[in-house]
Amino acid sequence: MRKLLVYLNAYKLESVLGPLFKLLEASFELLTPLVMAAIVDKGIGNGDRAYIIQMCLILVGLGIIGLVCSITAQYFAAKASVGFSTKLRRALFAHVQSLSFTETDTIGTSTLITRMTSDLNQVQSGLNLALRLFLRSPFVVFGAMIMAFTVDVKAALIFVVTIPLLSLVVFGIMLWSIPMYQKVQSGLDRVLGVTRENLTGVRVIRAFGKEEEEKGRFSDANENLSRLQLFVGRVSALMNPITYVIINLAIVAVIWVGGVQVDTGKLTQGEVIALVNYMSQILVELIKLANLIITVTKALACARRISAVMEVSSSMADTGRESFGSSEDAVVFENVSLAYKNAGAESLTGISFTAKRGETIGIIGGTGSGKSSLVNLIPRFYDATAGRVLVGGKDVRELPLAALRSKVGIVMQKAVLFKGSIRENLSWGKEDATEEEIWRALEISQSREFVEQKADGLDERIEQGGKNLSGGQRQRLTIARAMIREPEILILDDSASALDFATDAKLRKAIRENAAGVTVFIVSQRASTIQYADKIIVLDDGEMAGIGSHEELLASCPVYQEIYYSQFPKEARA
Amino acid sequence: MKKNPKQAETLRKVLKRIKRYRVYLALSILAAAATVALTLYAPVLTGDAIDLIIDKGRVDFAGIGNILIKLGIVIMLTAVFQWLMNACNNLIAYRTIRDIRDEAFRHISILPLGYIDGHSYGEVVSRVIADVDQFADGLLMGFTQLFTGVITILGTLCIILVRSPSIALVVLLITPISLFVAAFIAKRTFSMFKLQSETRGEQTALIDEMVGNQKVVQAYGRQEKVLEQFDEINGRLERCSLKAIFFSSITNPATRFVNNLVYAGVAITGALSAVAGQITVGQLSCFLSYANQYTKPFNEISGVVTELQNALACAGRIFELIEEPPQPPEPTDAVVLTDADGRVSLTDVSFSYTPEQKLIENLNLAVQPGQRVAIVGPTGCGKTTVINLLMRFYDVDSGSISVSGQDIRHLTRHSLRTSYGMVLQETWLKTGTIRENIAMGRPDATDEEIVAAAKAAHAHSFIKRLPDGYDTVITEDGGGLSQGQKQLLCITRVMLCRPPMLILDEATSSIDTRTEQRIQAAFARLMEGRTSFIVAHRLSTIREADVILVMKDGHIIEQGNHQSLLAQNGFYANLYNSQFALS
Repeated sequence: MRKLLVYLNAYKLESVLGPLFKLLEASFELLTPLVMAAIVDKGIGNGDRAYIIQMCLILVGLGIIGLVCSITAQYFAAKASVGFSTKLRRALFAHVQSLSFTETDTIGTSTLITRMTSDLNQVQSGLNLALRLFLRSPFVVFGAMIMAFTVDVKAALIFVVTIPLLSLVVFGIMLWSIPMYQKVQSGLDRVLGVTRENLTGVRVIRAFGKEEEEKGRFSDANENLSRLQLFVGRVSALMNPITYVIINLAIVAVIWVGGVQVDTGKLTQGEVIALVNYMSQILVELIKLANLIITVTKALACARRISAVMEVSSSMADTGRESFGSSEDAVVFENVSLAYKNAGAESLTGISFTAKRGETIGIIGGTGSGKSSLVNLIPRFYDATAGRVLVGGKDVRELPLAALRSKVGIVMQKAVLFKGSIRENLSWGKEDATEEEIWRALEISQSREFVEQKADGLDERIEQGGKNLSGGQRQRLTIARAMIREPEILILDDSASALDFATDAKLRKAIRENAAGVTVFIVSQRASTIQYADKIIVLDDGEMAGIGSHEELLASCPVYQEIYYSQFPKEARA
Repeated sequence: MKKNPKQAETLRKVLKRIKRYRVYLALSILAAAATVALTLYAPVLTGDAIDLIIDKGRVDFAGIGNILIKLGIVIMLTAVFQWLMNACNNLIAYRTIRDIRDEAFRHISILPLGYIDGHSYGEVVSRVIADVDQFADGLLMGFTQLFTGVITILGTLCIILVRSPSIALVVLLITPISLFVAAFIAKRTFSMFKLQSETRGEQTALIDEMVGNQKVVQAYGRQEKVLEQFDEINGRLERCSLKAIFFSSITNPATRFVNNLVYAGVAITGALSAVAGQITVGQLSCFLSYANQYTKPFNEISGVVTELQNALACAGRIFELIEEPPQPPEPTDAVVLTDADGRVSLTDVSFSYTPEQKLIENLNLAVQPGQRVAIVGPTGCGKTTVINLLMRFYDVDSGSISVSGQDIRHLTRHSLRTSYGMVLQETWLKTGTIRENIAMGRPDATDEEIVAAAKAAHAHSFIKRLPDGYDTVITEDGGGLSQGQKQLLCITRVMLCRPPMLILDEATSSIDTRTEQRIQAAFARLMEGRTSFIVAHRLSTIREADVILVMKDGHIIEQGNHQSLLAQNGFYANLYNSQFALS
């Protein structure tokens, strides 16, 4: 947590000056009741008009000094808090980018996003408020008490009793309500959950005719939330009346004691007024302080969440300095095993194979058999927990990450495109791609036709997540993006699932024709897709159930036979 | 406050919904008035008490005692009324938003699917959750502070006016400055805040995109480029945030300064009047505390007005959702479909999601009871759309669809839909136990029936291995289950219902082929004697169908069984052979 303060270092001066000017302003505020007392006792008491005017001008002067101090303080506080959060946000973003997938998988994407956005905003406003008020409010409260002591010790004792009593009430209600607000928040989460569920599952809910039941479920969650809110609201609503009562009873006491002191000549009338004013100032500050503490508590919780992310370090060291080899063995797995963090069982166990330069390797297996895990090891998205993965003859851990990944074109199951034009998206593959190279990649990926049909061609805008394209179009563009890099190793991870058979076949033909010398990995559930690969790796529950050509496997590998015949039963009979 | 007609309209709608709680509203207003009156009375009493403390030996303790007792009572009463007002406002605000949320949710359940498909979930959810919340905050703050604020200002002015016109004049002259300053700053900062929130939105979109797709970013080694993009936005955000925050935070010191002016003004006129003997010192102290009380609401009101406008904008967004035209209501004489015999026919059906883009045109199809109909075709040819029309998730633009000889628009939606058992590619499970999810279509199913269905769908063995078996609670979207396991549960759900007709839209796409092979057997048993529609990419799953519809661009271009279609040597044969084609 303290580590976050590093980002405040550049704003040390501002963070000191901000509160300082605030204190200055508060000090002048504390003088006001004394001036007023002087007006009453000397000005009115002696009927001295000139003195009254003079004192009132002092009041205006105090106001102007207060204004200047306070605006200066606001500026420094804003500058420090905005600067701090800007630096922190950048550091956080850069840090998240540097994490390996093992870490982002464990933390979760959506929570990373909330931490970078709403949590950070909370911290910013918390810091801003804290710089302005954290010292000021206690200063005014205790300052008022000390000023009261300078006026009259006996009356000031009332302050000594009142302030702890008020603190007790304010902090008591707050301590009680902070966990209650968390309960309200989780009640809201439930309402949100039901709403989301009803949107994502609208077809199923309507197909089963469950609308009425769902309405009931929502109503329950909603009613529960409403009750919680009312309960918390009712208790929090006590805060103002109770503090009001305490302060005003204290004022009653001050007047009585003041009366006694005046009667014995220890106090003047104006001084009693000053005491009453000090009491009122405390009330105003306490209300501010209560709000401040709620905001700061929230901000602290958010800061804790941010610092939790900052403390996670990447488990993947990018220390490899070897240069790329030129071995004929493009990819070699040596007894590789992989267990994901927090997963009990291994996802891959004892995988060994060699892929020669220019070969096409098919990978097939059931759901969860480890196909994607296997290919994810090649661009080193994860590190093998045992064994070695060699690319171009070198252990991937000995190669610089950027260099390794620049040689690998991977097309993932989920077709991801970014907001921007088609051209911009393709330029991810190669920064300075020529028009010709772009069209060639589109041609290979079977996307030329539909890109040409777009009104703006290559400059057609793609919305976030590629929402304005069909699933098949997205997949083909991601393939084009990988092709344009002219990678040495191309991995297609079930990336043609949204394509129909004919397009899928054309795509594979085009890749084979245009990518001589490229080692291609094709992951698929369809036997037809990988049937003509040079080698097929059959995975079953993370283990290699067989490796070889289609014919060899059909003859010797029971798992492959089962997969193949489940898709082509006719040949089995033939 | 700018009043545009739309805002007034929204306000009217809000008031209509608050009307149910008018008793509390009246109570709240009464309590607010009482609170303000008492709060204004307290300084008068304090002042009177101070007037009895004059000098050494000139203190009227009996008089002070009386006043202080009165003051004590006033204080207690103030507290009670204040609490009452807060409690009423709470009740009104939270009950109203509960009602609005319920209304919104009820409306969602009758919205046409076109609306839900056409809006992101996040957007709809944020209307029901975040907007309603913001509205509640605004409403609560508005009630509590606007009421008391306005009453306090008016009340104070009246009292000062009665007691000392000259002081009142000073107050009246200086206060507009406060309003002017606040309005001036608010106007300036509004556009700054807008810019800030726009920039924030831009940044969030970038973060969402880049963190969500970290794999792609890293695979292409784009971290530096992305960071550059981020820095650019971050820099802009810093500049506009600093401006917005600084300028808006001037409001407070500025209005406080005006308060100080009022205070000094009251002090000078008050003190001079006191010297002239027009008022007493106690009254002066009373005026001074008024000067403090009086200017406070001004500071608050400027905040409240922005808050209220914000709340109204949020309310407007909720009402937009609530007033979205619902699906056409069922005719009063809608027939309940019982024991559908499995005849389904489509006559001259045309349909498109958007008028500009024609999809299905003049589709004709007659399905006999018990037939197995497979729909194949390239991506985007309208296969899933046919399913949407059969289930009446969308209504046809022209033509008609009938089941058991009855136009489906004359049937109740509920009875039509429950006559179909549907398994979709996108699996959906609700929060609850496995058992509840399976029994969704038949809550009265016995344990034996549930287990039997699970066995038939080959889900039993993995369910047994879960920590709590059938009572394992799954979180939204299936949580820890794999895609394939989720699909097995969806299949089990339909297996249990045994509906007269079936729709399988890529129902086994996430299941590995070996398990699929086994499920097919169970499906085959289930489909026996039932009309079923199957959409699939894998031609191997389709081969056994009685009728295969080959669709392209919204038309049925070929129709027949596997053998006859192969013999035709047309589009289907082409598609089928591509599975075996040498690539």
